[in-house]
Amino acid sequence: METLINKLKTAAPKAALLMALATGAVLQSCTKSDGGNGGATADALSSDAASAVYVAPGKHDELYSFLSGGFNGQVSVYGLPSGRLLKIIPVFSQHAENGYGYNEETKAMLQTSHGFVPWDDLHHPKLSRTDGQTDGRWLFVNGNNTPRVARVDLKTFETVEIMEIPNSAGNHCSPYPTNNNEYVIAGTRFSVPLDMKGSTGDVALDKYEEEFRGSISFIKVDPKEGDMELDFQILVPGFDYDLANGGKGPSEDWVFFTTYNSEKSGTLKEIGASQNDKDYLAAINWKLAAKYAKEGKLHEMPANYYHNKLDKNTHTAKSTVKKKVRYLLPEECPGMMYLLPAPKSPHGIDVDPSGEFMVVSGKLASAIPVFSFAKMQDAIKNKQFDGEKNGIPVLKYESVLKGEVKEPGLGPLHTEFDGKGNAYTSMFVSSEVVKWKLKDLKVVDRIPVYYSVGHLMIPGGDTKEPHGKYLVAMNKITKDRYLPTGPELAHSAQLIDISGEKMKMLLDFPTVAEPHYAQAIVASKVAPNSVKFHKLDENKHPQAAKKESEANVTRKGNKVIVKMTSIRSHFTPDNIEGVQVGDTVLFHVTNLEQDWDVPHGFAVMGANTAETLIMPGATQTLRWVPKKAGVYPMYCTDFCSALHQEMQGYVRVSPKGSNVPIKFSTGKKKQNIPGVASAK
Amino acid sequence: MKAIHRVLMIVAALSLGLLFMFPMWKIYLKAPQYPEGLEMHIWVNKISGSSESVLQNFNILNHYIGMEPIHAESFAELKFMPYIVIGFMVTGVLIALIGKRNLAGAWAGLLMGAGAAGILDFYLWLVKFGTNLSPEAPIKVPGMTYIPPLLGNKTLLNFEALSLPALGSAGILLAIVFSILAFYLSYKSAKKELINKPVHSAA
Repeated sequence: METLINKLKTAAPKAALLMALATGAVLQSCTKSDGGNGGATADALSSDAASAVYVAPGKHDELYSFLSGGFNGQVSVYGLPSGRLLKIIPVFSQHAENGYGYNEETKAMLQTSHGFVPWDDLHHPKLSRTDGQTDGRWLFVNGNNTPRVARVDLKTFETVEIMEIPNSAGNHCSPYPTNNNEYVIAGTRFSVPLDMKGSTGDVALDKYEEEFRGSISFIKVDPKEGDMELDFQILVPGFDYDLANGGKGPSEDWVFFTTYNSEKSGTLKEIGASQNDKDYLAAINWKLAAKYAKEGKLHEMPANYYHNKLDKNTHTAKSTVKKKVRYLLPEECPGMMYLLPAPKSPHGIDVDPSGEFMVVSGKLASAIPVFSFAKMQDAIKNKQFDGEKNGIPVLKYESVLKGEVKEPGLGPLHTEFDGKGNAYTSMFVSSEVVKWKLKDLKVVDRIPVYYSVGHLMIPGGDTKEPHGKYLVAMNKITKDRYLPTGPELAHSAQLIDISGEKMKMLLDFPTVAEPHYAQAIVASKVAPNSVKFHKLDENKHPQAAKKESEANVTRKGNKVIVKMTSIRSHFTPDNIEGVQVGDTVLFHVTNLEQDWDVPHGFAVMGANTAETLIMPGATQTLRWVPKKAGVYPMYCTDFCSALHQEMQGYVRVSPKGSNVPIKFSTGKKKQNIPGVASAK
Repeated sequence: MKAIHRVLMIVAALSLGLLFMFPMWKIYLKAPQYPEGLEMHIWVNKISGSSESVLQNFNILNHYIGMEPIHAESFAELKFMPYIVIGFMVTGVLIALIGKRNLAGAWAGLLMGAGAAGILDFYLWLVKFGTNLSPEAPIKVPGMTYIPPLLGNKTLLNFEALSLPALGSAGILLAIVFSILAFYLSYKSAKKELINKPVHSAA
């Protein structure tokens, strides 16, 4: 009997899909009674879903999407509409697959004032912008746990910069670029007691109310190269700062933050931070803040934070330690910051493409308030204040409210826009996406998602011009959506067609770790700039061997420096002798290839690190300390050619103090060594 | 030679300038893993290709079958050929100025000879590279040689090779055509004048 039920359960989704395909929506209701996942699959599935997401072999997707990896500290790149995984970009976490954070060149990327931190919780990717639209140059992401903001270069899909954020804890409402990346803004989630010397103070935990503060950081971005610099911070009241989004058009100069724990509770926050009926939406005029900063309202305090950058030409990261930070106090800067009362513990704040409406998703509220920017301006002008908090004026709720979306669903978290006057809000508790009109705030459609959706994303849905064809729902609970894989499951994303009146479910695809937010962009803004290989001529790595004749092995004390080359299908040198137990051997491997898609890997037996994967034209370094005498094979780890299996060599390790001299070679005397680099 | 013939001769001489602007010959390679194709361009003074590192990529592919690496430096021709071309251009212009029809004819003849020698030389190189294979080659197919086609296409293992003259060669062709035209038209008009002239019967 049991097996029969199981059989039925497995057959149900197939049958349901077939039926849905054959007869369209007519049979939708029948499948509900299946009980298992069959109903969920076929329920809202459009009859042409398969063809809508089918990208034929050899064809490319229409969009790139960048999904944060959450607790894996990475970004995953998926093609849309196919949902195919294209790449994983390591950012805050070591990546054994290519040696990021393991090899000598990239270790510095993960340095912080807390030392080497090879992990973080990556929540929010945000694409760089030009005129309020995604421009496909960089992707900014936040590290939540050890506060950091990173920049990924979309020419190489590599992390090129990581900056630690001082005076911050739980860098959650981060990073939010303004419309021309004038600033990338990063706010703290936890407030902490600042000792005003660059650290948190050693303060009794019951002193939350008096001692704890938050901070919002304004990171300047170089318009040409993208390099970041922490310009200043605003020290804000000791609430929790949750999410942020920038204005557009009329509200272009403003950035908005949701806050909770206005109760300033330091313990059992699930109760303590849920007492006040209203928390706040904080509005900051960043242009005015920048002006105050210029006009000398700035204070300065000692700090200690790391700024790590990858040099384009050496492919090597360097850390700089910054020793001070400048800050503004809102109470000294009139007109810079206001608080708008918002329903209890709001989560998402999203500004519509016109820049007029600010949608605040009160996750514990039964309605979604929509604020009007024009009304906010009037309220400020007419001083419609409802007191103040820490010297910051609080605006009257009614004076700034356009209206509320009534009975939208349970647990609204985030809203994005399609550019056609519609807003889409994710409902965590009722597991659905709800579509409503900005004009009259009326709900017009809803679609169930599986299960408990967190963020949702429309390509460009947070910009001036959304690409309103698809919506991706990122679900927090997966359960039975895919074949079970034990207690730990992949997360689930769902692609929804929003081009018509009714939303249509198109595709489920599993995602890596926990995507929080995502961004997407039409492929034509990114693909043409994608680098195919690094030019060997531009390789300025100090230990690069740019031709085989430059390869060598030298000893400096107990350091052995191997300048090595790889080309199909051999290393130069591939025989090394004279290494001693306890030596630090640095293999600087340069990939001499100058062709697309010919990386070479490098690994040596017993190395306490990952392989290093070297792109054509680049140099990467693997550090190895042999612990016992013997012969150690080394080999290429990336199948590079028909003779890849032959791409290997040996290192002889002799006991400490041995008199075996340093010796290195490739091939026997008079043997013709293939590869052109040697003959140059 | 009349003015028009001299102009034709100058055009002929200048046509050779195309050799410095475009490759003479192109070899196209296509394989499953090279959907974008690989092109080698042979110029009068250099070897280039569809990408900067095309020679390296050709050589990496060729080393599996034991073919000797191709380097621009190994071809002495690339060093002296430009001088020959410049020589032809200078003498061509001089002949136009002197206006001697027979010199134009001789120039055309020499150029044809030089062109043929060039093609022969190119073919000999193809044979040399295609057959002079290292006995240590990792891939050895009994009886197989890898002479690329001089003209047209040929399958070499996983590669489809196509070889075609390029715009630079058109320069030589134009030079030959114009110089022969200069010679021939000048000859014809001279003959016409001869017929129209009154015949002296002094003898």
